Amino acid sequence: MPELNAFLSPLCALVVAPLVLGIINRTKAFVAGRRGPPLLQPYRDVAKGLRRGAVYGEATSALVRLGPVVNLGALVAGLLLLPFASVPAVIAFPGDVIVLVGLLALGRFATVLAALDTGSSFEGMGASREVHYAAMAEPALLLALATLTRVTGASSLTAIYGGIGVSTWGHALPTLALVAMTFLVLELVENSRIPADDPTTHLELTMIHEVMVLDHTGPDLALIQYGAALKLWLLGMLFVGLVVPLHGGNLWLDGGAALLGMAGLALVIGVVESAMARYRLVHVPQFIVGAATLSAVGFIVLLV
Amino acid sequence: MTFLLVSLALLWLGGAVAAGLRSRPESGQLAGQAGAVAGSALGLFAAIGVLIGGKAETLSASWPMPGGGLHIEIDTLSAFFLLPVFGLSLLTGIYGRSYLEGREGAAAAGSWFHLNMLTAAMALVIVARDGLLFLVVWEIMALSSFFLVIFDDRRESVRYAAWIYLAATHLGTAFLLVLFVLLGTLSGSSDFSGYPAVLQGDPTLSSAIFVLALIGFGSKAGIVPAHVWLPEAHPAAPSHASALMSGAMIKVGIYGLVRILTFMSGPPAWWGWALIAAGASSGVLGVLYALAQHDLKRLLAYHSVENIGIILIGIGIGVLGLAYGMTALAVIGFAAGLLHVINHSIFKGLLFLDAGAVQHAAHSVELEELGGLLKRMPWTGASFLIGAAAIVGLPPLNGFVSEFLVFYAGYLGVVAPNPSMAAAGLMVIVSMGLISGLAAACFAKAFGVVFLGSARGREAAEAHEVAQPMLFSMAVLALLCIAIGIAAPLVVQSLAGVVAATTGLAPVRVHAALAPPTGSLTAALAVFAVLAAVAVVAWVARDRRLAVSGVRRAPVWGCGFRRPTPRMQYTASSFAQPLVTQFRLFIRNREALVPPTGYFPASASYASDSGDPFLGLLFAPTFRWFTRVVRRMNVVQHGHIHVYVLYVAATLIALLVWGKVWGSL
Repeated sequence: MPELNAFLSPLCALVVAPLVLGIINRTKAFVAGRRGPPLLQPYRDVAKGLRRGAVYGEATSALVRLGPVVNLGALVAGLLLLPFASVPAVIAFPGDVIVLVGLLALGRFATVLAALDTGSSFEGMGASREVHYAAMAEPALLLALATLTRVTGASSLTAIYGGIGVSTWGHALPTLALVAMTFLVLELVENSRIPADDPTTHLELTMIHEVMVLDHTGPDLALIQYGAALKLWLLGMLFVGLVVPLHGGNLWLDGGAALLGMAGLALVIGVVESAMARYRLVHVPQFIVGAATLSAVGFIVLLV
Repeated sequence: MTFLLVSLALLWLGGAVAAGLRSRPESGQLAGQAGAVAGSALGLFAAIGVLIGGKAETLSASWPMPGGGLHIEIDTLSAFFLLPVFGLSLLTGIYGRSYLEGREGAAAAGSWFHLNMLTAAMALVIVARDGLLFLVVWEIMALSSFFLVIFDDRRESVRYAAWIYLAATHLGTAFLLVLFVLLGTLSGSSDFSGYPAVLQGDPTLSSAIFVLALIGFGSKAGIVPAHVWLPEAHPAAPSHASALMSGAMIKVGIYGLVRILTFMSGPPAWWGWALIAAGASSGVLGVLYALAQHDLKRLLAYHSVENIGIILIGIGIGVLGLAYGMTALAVIGFAAGLLHVINHSIFKGLLFLDAGAVQHAAHSVELEELGGLLKRMPWTGASFLIGAAAIVGLPPLNGFVSEFLVFYAGYLGVVAPNPSMAAAGLMVIVSMGLISGLAAACFAKAFGVVFLGSARGREAAEAHEVAQPMLFSMAVLALLCIAIGIAAPLVVQSLAGVVAATTGLAPVRVHAALAPPTGSLTAALAVFAVLAAVAVVAWVARDRRLAVSGVRRAPVWGCGFRRPTPRMQYTASSFAQPLVTQFRLFIRNREALVPPTGYFPASASYASDSGDPFLGLLFAPTFRWFTRVVRRMNVVQHGHIHVYVLYVAATLIALLVWGKVWGSL
């Protein structure tokens, strides 16, 4: 049986994840000189959606209802594999990296099929773009994690992140910095943030993720929004665990540092979104492949 | 052994009766089906008996033809490869008669002969232990599958496909001929038992044999660039024959390669690299070409190329592990490759049977004419969804298990102290990641366009669910996809025997090496259980909530356009367009666009066609050149019999003189 502490990580994610979105939105508003929505607005959005009724497209089958719940299940299951500060994951085993990537792929596949089930041209367009970028992002994520595996010689996420301390940064600085860059890019791309996608745009033709869930309503939309927050947390933690490698042994101090790290990441995303414009669609794959190449360079540095 | 012989006899008998009763096709088809089902069931029984008992069964007899001998044996490796052959043949046998309904009776009855001969020939290739016997049954396998491909011989495209297949399979056989003649001459007998001694301690010969085997067997398996026949032959053949060819016959190519590897001990590292390179290029290019297709069966055929690539990557890591003396890598690599052989035969067999059901119901496998079939054919649709999720490698289905093992081996390689092993591990991880990402895109397209949304064509709108025997075969395969995924730890453990037989490692060491990934797969099951629990709770909670707050249906958002029609849906071509454009360097996608013009555009059109670049740029020019050269030799042909008699006499005299001179030396 895992320690009771281990459940702290998924619990923390389930409760705090939407707040990260709130911080991003507040940061963007601050930079733009607006007051912005309250920090807790994402929670309100989810709650509002859950209270609403649902409207389904005329062509839909049961699949459109399956997508959001499978996606949510995959993300919650993924949280079980995620270590948090010095707390090991609920379930850790050699090769759990592969299972995590598999879960993300399953969640996406379910969402994409739910989009195609509507028969809407817009959702088809979003789904097409989503699978395109995912096909680039998946090898990038696997490559970054393989590089960390080589650095630490460990085989599970818990062991990998447990093996990265301040001293690891001392002797593998270039590699870890490059991998951190890859994670940052993946956090932006996989969670449809600028410069890969613009979550706040008002024009369907330029959207990716948002247009894919355009015809999802009520509780389904709430599940999707909540799932998006969980995914932001999940991939963000891969970055935060790497750049805030504090394992002092005190649960509260280490956990606090990790949470501060996550808040910092939210600020960074907010600033990036305020400072950059969205890339043209054809340039996004280059952005992802470039990020993957960074990790590959980091790996080669280790070999020589 | 008795079971196998009776099984082969039943297959042949059923086929022969079917072919003989062409005048009464109904009874003929029934006889063919009975032979296929009974023979395959018995054969399956024989193979499982050997796998459980662990004792090889041998049969040796004299052979009335000069050279060679009748020597067959079912050992663990043979029994393992017999599973997909007989298993799929059993299910395609059940499926086939309903599928052939409505076809011309005599031809349909005759096709059972070729189908059963194909099964019997595949089984004989797998149990043959004599070079000459192997080549003979290999040729029977090639010819019977050729006759299945040309089943619909009134269509010109089918005749063209069959011609490509016939040429490709014989090109591969040419390399095998050299391989077996070389081994037979050097060992003094065509029997397999003499081969290892010849290869022992001769690295040059071993490498030459390896290269011949990789090309010869690779062309049957469909390794790039020898894959060009697959996308032609699979769509042309009847769907249950495609299922058998794609699920079982191309695996016979993999069997040949693995069998040759067991003859040699201590492979050099470059074999592993060659296999990984061949696997990675087949995998990535196969899925890229699949993305550009809009014929469902062609798309599936290209995915066979992709999956053969995954199998080769697994075997390649295994060989590399043997070369570098890393037991765990060797064991997990081979286990991954061999398990993917079984898995691919299950889900690809399933997907071809589903494609056949779509063809049967909607009279087309052209993606742009289909749509919305999930509502009209729920069972076919559900089984296609399971097959698609399995082939993409999504948890918790069977495809995930073998791909997990490949990735696992890749990560083991990454931490190896040897830098070249680490580089190989990284290459495996990246190419596998790319393959599975692209495969997900391709099957989201295939399933989404065929089964979701609304029907694009009239036939698809009026489609009906297919007959029960067809549904039965599809349901069995879909359930196997789920069962292997759920029972993954048991399945991986049970691979120990065949992996030990292939690598020559002690069973104890194989078991020890398989223990960690088995443990991981067990733990992963807990994760999937949480997934299922969360999904079910969310589903139920949402439905209870919606019971209060209400559900209604409405047209989807069309950007202000009130009545979107099915023709406005995203098509297969548009779905894949961004990826096809990104990889246009590799995909030869020809587009013909007539854009709308003016303020009141009248008509516009777009057509795309993705030819295989290897066929167009490599094989076609080679063959044209070859034809030109050969045409010059036409001088000796004039159709006068007396001149041909003269040729025969001249040849005989020349041979006699040569023999005399050779003898006197």
